[in-house]
Amino acid sequence: MMSTRSLGLGSALRKAAFSPRIVRNQVILRNTVAKRSATTSTQSLPSSAAAEILDKQRLLRPSSPHFTIYQPQLTWLGSIANRVTGSGLSVLLYGFSIAYLVAPGTFDSAHVVEFVAGLPEVVKYAGKAILAAPFAFHSLNGLRHLGWDMGKFVTVKGCYRTGYAVLGATAISTVVLTLMK
Amino acid sequence: MNTALSRQARRAFSSSARRFQAVPTQKPVLEKEFKIYRWNPDEPATKPTLQSYKIDLNQTGPMILDALIKIKNEVDPTLTFRRSCREGICGSCAMNIDGQNTLACLCRIDREPAKDTKIYPLPHMYIVKDLVPDLTLFYKQYKSIEPWLQNDNPPAEGEFLQSPEERKKLDGMYECILCACCSTSCPSYWWNQDEYLGPATLMQAYRWIADSRDANGAERKERLQNEMSLYRCHTIFNCSRTCPKGLNPAAAIAHIKMELAAD
Repeated sequence: MMSTRSLGLGSALRKAAFSPRIVRNQVILRNTVAKRSATTSTQSLPSSAAAEILDKQRLLRPSSPHFTIYQPQLTWLGSIANRVTGSGLSVLLYGFSIAYLVAPGTFDSAHVVEFVAGLPEVVKYAGKAILAAPFAFHSLNGLRHLGWDMGKFVTVKGCYRTGYAVLGATAISTVVLTLMK
Repeated sequence: MNTALSRQARRAFSSSARRFQAVPTQKPVLEKEFKIYRWNPDEPATKPTLQSYKIDLNQTGPMILDALIKIKNEVDPTLTFRRSCREGICGSCAMNIDGQNTLACLCRIDREPAKDTKIYPLPHMYIVKDLVPDLTLFYKQYKSIEPWLQNDNPPAEGEFLQSPEERKKLDGMYECILCACCSTSCPSYWWNQDEYLGPATLMQAYRWIADSRDANGAERKERLQNEMSLYRCHTIFNCSRTCPKGLNPAAAIAHIKMELAAD
């Protein structure tokens, strides 16, 4: 009591003690006196409701962007190229084989040779380059994968060195295959 | 009256020393633009957007995390991201910065003012808010490989002993901080994360397979012996390329593949 009197708090404390209970409640004071907007309201929920709220949120969560924002790197672009060339070559092989089964008269060697011979030089070379590039890349990159499966070049440096080697060898092979008569 | 005067005089004396001190040189303003992925769960219908913030690099620390903290403190307190240790050991601030997954606290700010820096959350993850991805599945996958020592025959006395060579096998694997940079950089993980374990978890799987003290290697390998858990790895190397700790998950996965092939 001595301390409150010396600090001059006595009257303030007495005032608080005898004032109506609602004025002493700081939360209510803040919400009513400061006049929070009518749209802000809180709702009391049991802790067991958390799972349901989380489930609802999870349904609405967006998936973050991936290949559109990831830096173009030899690692994953090389892998995509390997897949695309592999699929392209497979489609060509299976497509041609099935076409031969369906119409053996049209797609036999003699007819194909005859058809290609009748094409202009430019188309012949362009066609050869378009076929040679994916074939060379996919075959050489296949060797790279065999190396990895044997535990060779399994470092970032090894990956980049072999990657550039495959690209260089692909360029050379494509030119050679295109110019081959 | 008298005391007030003397107090003023004292204050004048104490502050006058400053005049003789060197005046700090004002650094020029080096303004740089940061474009940061934003999405607010309270407005789920609004599509995620890139929000632009410009801050003065000469009033900012050297790392991306310093810039993020400065933006949160001084520009926009609603910006949300995870951070804790600021020295690359907790793995909280993993995010995609200028197209590469890394830790914001270990990534220096590119001081070229003409180029903006784009910051996205870890790729192909469900977003809780802004730069915070939901890592629940990632942690569940880690739990699924039972990342603890399993050996029913402990030594009769003392602890498990290991030769220096055996211990050396764990170097480069035990340092992983599970920041999820590698797993979320892996295109295979992007397309198959419901079944493929991803590089971070697989490297930890091998960390226990390779441990000479662990007796459960055969069972650990047996669990990976299916089409999805391990073999969705197509040796792309994004994981090793992006690891902020300089580890090599791709090599660990290659070793598991070789051990499984030899079984």
